[in-house]
Amino acid sequence: MGAPFIKMQGIVKKFPGVVANDHIDLDIYLGEIHALLGENGSGKSTLMSVLAGLYKPTAGKILINGVEKKFGSPRDAIANGIGMVHQHFKLVEPLTVAENITMAEREGSFWLKLGKYEHELIQFGAKYGLSVNPSALVWQLSVGEKQRVEILRILYQGSQVLILDEPTAVLTPQETCELFENLRTMANEGCAVIFITHKLNEVQALADRVTVLRGGKVTGVLQRDEIETKRLVRLMVGRDVVSHYDRKNVSDGQIVLEIDRVNALNDMGLPGLNGLSLVVREGEILGLAGVAGNGQRELAEVIAGLRKTTMGTVRLRGEDVTNLSPLEMIRRGVGYVPEDRMGMGLIPELNITDNLVLKCYQHPRFSGRWLLNNREIYNKSTQLVEQYQVKIPSLEQPIKLLSGGNMQRLLLAREIANEPKLMVVVYPVRGLDVGATEAVHKLLLELRLRRTAILLISEDLDEIFKLADRVGVLSRGQVVGDFNVEDADVEEIGLLMAGSAKGVENDVCPR
Amino acid sequence: MTDQIVSILAATVTAGTPILYAALGELIIERAGIINLGVEGIMLIGAVTGFIVSVVFDNSWLGLLAAMVAGGLITSIHAFLTITLRANQVVSGLALTLFGTGLSGYLGKAYIGIPVTHPFAVQPLPLLKDIPVLGKVLFNHDILVYISFLLVPLLWMFMYRTRPGLLLRAIGENPAAADAIGAKVFVLRYVYVIMGGMLCGVGGAYLSLAYAPSWLENMTAGRGWIAVALVIFALWNPLRAMVGAYLFGGIDALGFHLQVLGVTISPFFLNMMPYLFTIIVLVMVMQRQGGRLTAPGALGIPYDREDR
Ligand SMILES: Nc1ncnc2c1ncn2[C@@H]1O[C@H](COP(=O)(O)OP(=O)(O)O)[C@@H](O)[C@H]1O
Ligand SMILES: [Mg+2]
Repeated sequence: MGAPFIKMQGIVKKFPGVVANDHIDLDIYLGEIHALLGENGSGKSTLMSVLAGLYKPTAGKILINGVEKKFGSPRDAIANGIGMVHQHFKLVEPLTVAENITMAEREGSFWLKLGKYEHELIQFGAKYGLSVNPSALVWQLSVGEKQRVEILRILYQGSQVLILDEPTAVLTPQETCELFENLRTMANEGCAVIFITHKLNEVQALADRVTVLRGGKVTGVLQRDEIETKRLVRLMVGRDVVSHYDRKNVSDGQIVLEIDRVNALNDMGLPGLNGLSLVVREGEILGLAGVAGNGQRELAEVIAGLRKTTMGTVRLRGEDVTNLSPLEMIRRGVGYVPEDRMGMGLIPELNITDNLVLKCYQHPRFSGRWLLNNREIYNKSTQLVEQYQVKIPSLEQPIKLLSGGNMQRLLLAREIANEPKLMVVVYPVRGLDVGATEAVHKLLLELRLRRTAILLISEDLDEIFKLADRVGVLSRGQVVGDFNVEDADVEEIGLLMAGSAKGVENDVCPR
Repeated sequence: MTDQIVSILAATVTAGTPILYAALGELIIERAGIINLGVEGIMLIGAVTGFIVSVVFDNSWLGLLAAMVAGGLITSIHAFLTITLRANQVVSGLALTLFGTGLSGYLGKAYIGIPVTHPFAVQPLPLLKDIPVLGKVLFNHDILVYISFLLVPLLWMFMYRTRPGLLLRAIGENPAAADAIGAKVFVLRYVYVIMGGMLCGVGGAYLSLAYAPSWLENMTAGRGWIAVALVIFALWNPLRAMVGAYLFGGIDALGFHLQVLGVTISPFFLNMMPYLFTIIVLVMVMQRQGGRLTAPGALGIPYDREDR
């Protein structure tokens, strides 16, 4: 195979309180697709951010073609032919595709010649099978399209090493196939592709070699012919994982939530929900799959009373609750775990007791006419923290210092303590590791046994298939498809999801 | 009557010019993603240094240059605090205004009441000045006014038609994105904040060297604040900033001329007008934008590469 193009040696990266990378070695060859596998928090993004010049390593060195390089900024990495597509896209939304790409050019002309440039881009993209509309504004694009813009930009910069951080997290199965084919083309053209993932099947489908990380350390490097599920799992998790939860069936209950042909606008004032209808019953989990941006947020916010509908009705246990305020929804027993737990679910700067009492401080138990009853609040918090096994040094800690898993546990504890009749959870395990994910899933299943109606909005099909009783797909602001989980078929759901992504052909990838 | 109108319009341009310079300065700074509430203070520093230097050396151009340097220097404090130390931009800007007000008052004490020997005088432009009406309104001014006429379209072209201009918009909109593609976000932010400060300094110097050639404590009289509001009104676009600056200048000029004509409107009422107008315009802008301002996306947010 010759000498590696990139050699990372003994990379250490410390953040306050965590060692994200602990003496990591990594070799990358041109022409290979190299998977970087590991659970959330194992240090994959950090390692690649070091390689891309974004983070300065605490220790260790990087050799390019055998020569040691110091990257002071992404600029230096780019100059050495290394480009990265970050998990959160680094695109300037109000600018056009062409502007975003030309911005990255190192030796561009002083004047922008966008017309001519757009023409070139289309041709350049076609070479790699990446079709984009160069004059479209980035905020108007689907996630898949944005990703293509990022990849195109890196190729256009003349990079030889393409790093992708969890590129499939936001894609439909079909878009994923398309991406994989493109990556193959690039590797065949002589680029090195580094591909971050925590999904085993993707490693098997695509990787020439895989490096597995756990807790900031390398636990193994496997060649193509050594790649095998069991082995990967053990390297990644250090133990075998549960793939099924035991679920007791709950008898058919009464309808708790009924949404009838509801319309609502999104933040840009465009239609976000288009005549959406659904029903959730007592003791049932309705799982809604779908590509992000198809009305997930709008739907959850309409139910929580945070967003006004423009048409249609929302009924809770038979009562018309359309456009009631959030407080009134809480009083009627709606619990809400929003996707953005730091921004909307919790107040990061406040301490744990304050956060726990946020939704029930008006309760006579916790407050008199004017003053809060701090003793009661403290007792209740202590009890919740113990009951839900939140690991914290003290109740006085601001919540932002907790790990994602503990934060989510706390948020669920608060919502469940209010004994909701209906619980809306959006991407509940996003960013959590395996252990925390299991804990959150167990809590939701327990809640179901207590006959709460649960609406689970998720982009993770595995999660939906593990938890839900019924499965639907959110697409362009509507629920399409309604299956009992036993009858649901992954391929079919994938196709329904694809219908919502703009500009994707609907042919299924033959793999 | 037409004479009256023409002279009011001409006065509109001169009254609008200091606001225009300051607003363009603030616009550049905000486009780079930094809020600067120190405009009033920077203008005062510009006004006083410009004045002192031109009196001492008897050279207004030297004064103007000094005002630019002083404006840039004092704004670099804001740049250091907000870009490098990531301090709260509102607090830092307010501090700058208080500091600039105090310092200019102190420095200028000895110069109150002294005239400038060679202020920027009116220099009608040959040929252009003979265009009926327009000639008197636009081309019968001092050179700084003409420079501002050029500056506005140049800045617009820079922002929307050149590559560095594209990067300027990008670093204010999403510094992380600009950083990831190799733009020198920190350096660029410094450059634009300091350049903006220099323009604010020129705005101040225009007052003390051309508009009312003299030094008076607090002579900006709130124009710096108007410039800040104007940038919002202009939706961060230099062409609109020009329109806005002349609107405010017009109110100024009108008030003055009405007094001369003996129309009795309370001066307090007239002084209130620009602010009332600002509020009305903001309400209108907000409504047209559907309640969302198209402010640069990262305006006011410190950038830290290793933040998540
Ligand atoms: N910018 C940051 N500041 C502080 N801690 C961080 C930062 N980025 C990552 N971490 C921490 O470093 C560890 C590794 O994170 P990351 O590299 O994002 O993992 P992965 O990409 O494998 O999920 C985690 O514990 C995470 O909390
Ligand atoms: Mg990651």
